[in-house]
Amino acid sequence: MSDLNTVTAAEAPGGQPNVPHGRVKRDKPRSLAGDAWNDLRKRKMFWVAIVMVAAILVMAIFPTLFTSADPSQCALSNQFKGPAGNALFGYDFQGCDIYAKVVNGAWNSIKVGVLSTLLSGVIGLLFGLAAGYFGGWVDAILSRFVDIMLGVPFLLAGIVLSRRLGGDPKSDGVLAVTLTLGLLSWTSGARVMRSAVISAKQQDYVAAARMLGATPGRLMLRHILPNSIASYIVLLTLLLGINISSEATLSFLGVGLKNGAISWGIMISEGTQFARSEPWPLVWPALFLGVTVLAFIMLGDAVRDAFDPKLR
Amino acid sequence: MFRYIVRRLLQMVLTFFGATFLVYALMFANQKDPIQALVGERPVSESQRIALTERYHLDEGFFMQYWYYMKGVLTGDFGTSMTGRKIYDMMSDAWPVTFRLAIIAIVIAAAFSVTAGVYSAIKRGGIFDNSTLLITLVLLAMPIVVIAPLAQLIFGIQLGWFAPTATRDATFYQLLLPAIVLACIVIAPEMRVTRTSVVENLRADYVRTARAKGLTRMRVIWVHVLRNSLIPVVTLIGVDLGGLLAGAIVTEHVFNIPGVGFNLARAINTEDGPLVVGFVSILVILFLFINLLVDLLYAALDPRIRYE
Amino acid sequence: MDVLPGIDPRAPLLDVTNLHVEFRTQYGVAKAVNGANFRLAPGETLAILGESGCGKSVTAQAIMGILDTPPGYVTQGEIRYRGVDLLKLTEEKRRKVRANRIAMIFQDALSSLNPVYTVGFQLGELFRKHRGMSRADAKKRSIDLLEQVKIPAARTRVDDYPHQFSGGMRQRVMIAMALALDPEVLIADEPTTALDVTVQAQIMGLLADLQQQRNMGLILITHDMGVVADVADRISVMYAGKVVEEAGIYDIYARPAHPYTKALLESIPRLDMKGQQLSVIQGLPPLLTDVPKGCAFNPRCRYARDACRQDPAPPAYAVAPNRTARCHFFREVIGE
Repeated sequence: MSDLNTVTAAEAPGGQPNVPHGRVKRDKPRSLAGDAWNDLRKRKMFWVAIVMVAAILVMAIFPTLFTSADPSQCALSNQFKGPAGNALFGYDFQGCDIYAKVVNGAWNSIKVGVLSTLLSGVIGLLFGLAAGYFGGWVDAILSRFVDIMLGVPFLLAGIVLSRRLGGDPKSDGVLAVTLTLGLLSWTSGARVMRSAVISAKQQDYVAAARMLGATPGRLMLRHILPNSIASYIVLLTLLLGINISSEATLSFLGVGLKNGAISWGIMISEGTQFARSEPWPLVWPALFLGVTVLAFIMLGDAVRDAFDPKLR
Repeated sequence: MFRYIVRRLLQMVLTFFGATFLVYALMFANQKDPIQALVGERPVSESQRIALTERYHLDEGFFMQYWYYMKGVLTGDFGTSMTGRKIYDMMSDAWPVTFRLAIIAIVIAAAFSVTAGVYSAIKRGGIFDNSTLLITLVLLAMPIVVIAPLAQLIFGIQLGWFAPTATRDATFYQLLLPAIVLACIVIAPEMRVTRTSVVENLRADYVRTARAKGLTRMRVIWVHVLRNSLIPVVTLIGVDLGGLLAGAIVTEHVFNIPGVGFNLARAINTEDGPLVVGFVSILVILFLFINLLVDLLYAALDPRIRYE
Repeated sequence: MDVLPGIDPRAPLLDVTNLHVEFRTQYGVAKAVNGANFRLAPGETLAILGESGCGKSVTAQAIMGILDTPPGYVTQGEIRYRGVDLLKLTEEKRRKVRANRIAMIFQDALSSLNPVYTVGFQLGELFRKHRGMSRADAKKRSIDLLEQVKIPAARTRVDDYPHQFSGGMRQRVMIAMALALDPEVLIADEPTTALDVTVQAQIMGLLADLQQQRNMGLILITHDMGVVADVADRISVMYAGKVVEEAGIYDIYARPAHPYTKALLESIPRLDMKGQQLSVIQGLPPLLTDVPKGCAFNPRCRYARDACRQDPAPPAYAVAPNRTARCHFFREVIGE
């Protein structure tokens, strides 16, 4: 935003460029990634997001650093007890240590989020590459399929698919939810990839490579992909936040994680039932989920702004 | 224009059948016992089995089953829920309250995002602008499963400003808190787009002309700039619709509003296949039509666009 | 139309004295206009000439009161319309001067017209908002206006959108819009730059005709000396935010008194100089945040001496009656 102001101000006198622009040192040629990194480094938002994401990752991977309590050790005698000793946030309806549960819940959120985003990333990449590169009837069929996917509202499809995939009564639902989110959330990525490939395909250097006899595989891998991948990765960063949020939503609605798997979504759902008298079992997981998603969205937002200031 | 609409309608037919087939297949295909899937966890007698096989053409191929079902849907016969009620009746019970909820939410979202978006664009870099930018970021990131229960807790229960739940015949006031929660989903993106778009348009040459014409600042902004700025905002509404629907499922669940989302969530949890497919079919049609409407509105707002 | 307090019908139509405009940017203060002076009489055409970035458009925007503030500020000077200093008026009064008494047309008619409203709406708006007319009356007047600027089939075209017009027709619409409320002063900022040469001539002809019919004062802002020669009565040449020479059209072409004017004239391609190399002005106009000491033109001037490189900058020397030049050595420049 502040940079927008600067541009206006600098060009203001009759739209003339007679005012010196920021003095930029140009020692060596810079790449898009280098430029973006330079821009990113100066953003406060980026560093705040990095710190938050790092903290969440540490919490997910090493929960024992934060709590030694076993979240599955619950005693009904502790029901709704206030904070005591290591149980910083008190106890919930089943007498479980809320703090221990919340800390341990990070792992499932991150696991489902990362894995489903990777899956979605691969599917979207292949779909987008194929549609964009081959064009013609391949593109027509693939694009139509994407249209149909977008014709069903995301959460609706998610509920139905997750329910169906998680049919095994003994599973904890992690695989089902990961597959569900991965299989449903790739459409926007495929569209972005497709248009990136189409515009890359029209570049002269790709035509030149083709005339020199490059095979389609090599063309895609060496020439088209590297130039389209930046915006795609930015999209995936944002998707990661959205998928974490979707996992919680599915679990909240009872079609996500289950059978004792810890999920912030389930904790929120349980918390709402007694919120009238006992708000804390609802508030803590809600805060942790909110902050986690916020951290990833902020990171994605900052990276996107750095890569493409026009998208703001 | 006419040809464009016809082409879009044809595409919509394809998408409609594709989408409903996907949902139908997910609900019914490869069930170990399709009859049990239809009635849920109740025990079924042999005579019921025969009747259901007859009713749902279970002895025929899967595609034929889908075809018979769709024929019913398109003639207004949605079949019977496994609770025994006519699905058509359940829908006519559920739709009005959801419809009212959605309308209130959309009006709130549109009014707030446009005024706040314009205001922060005019005063960009100011306190209002920076704080709304921060608030929209938080709103953008907060999952609805966080916003809805917390809003109910804080404003419905702790402070008691609003009703924490609503009924089928809810008053406007009862629906206000859930509607605000629902609006939160779309306010952030709409406000951001409005702001960016107004900032861009304020710099446009035609704004200088409008000022040179001696028009008041209010008229320049609310007539000349806003009309141009709304074009990208309108396209966003179509995109947001899916989010709004997801929001409605969670919001109705949290606030106990017996609308479409509430029924749908319950139907999915009780494996009420016919009910799910029935609701989803209507939702898909609605979704597609609103998207077409948005595209037409887009053309109406921007005379430079001509659909061929 | 509101009556302006202190208006004096015998005072000069437009009198700009010592106008200073600056832009306060992050990179420093850009002095876009540094003491511009000129005067305009009814029926007269004054051309303001200069390279891009010399402050001519900013001067026009300051007169109209449509500078973007921030970053642009008028820091000194007076803009008197019939004796009333516009800079001292309230914003509300100032607004009513626009279009009613002083109107402006812009360079790029396509981007200067609002793309989402019909031409009829944008014209009629003037009558509805300034004259309180009904929509129907406003439309009738709009059609009249379109006919006056010679747009064929005005009755149907009034409902068209700007993008449906050709470049020349669009500029006619702009002219119609500027003339709608019968202003006494018209400022045309590069009105033909974006147009084909043949269309340019038609538009300039139309402007000249309308000006004569209405006895308007016309300020024509341009960088093109060729356009000026046919229509202007007087010329003000601007350089780095100052009027460096002001003279009647004949004098300036025959005997320029400022080295910059002279250099501009020499850079026009001429039929009788076929085969010779076209001269160009060496160097670039100065950065407005960093104007050279003394005469701003000195780094590019072949007459420059020590006196030119030191403050104070050359004053406006009276070269002849009604003729000034800001050059210490104007006699030498003329005399050559």
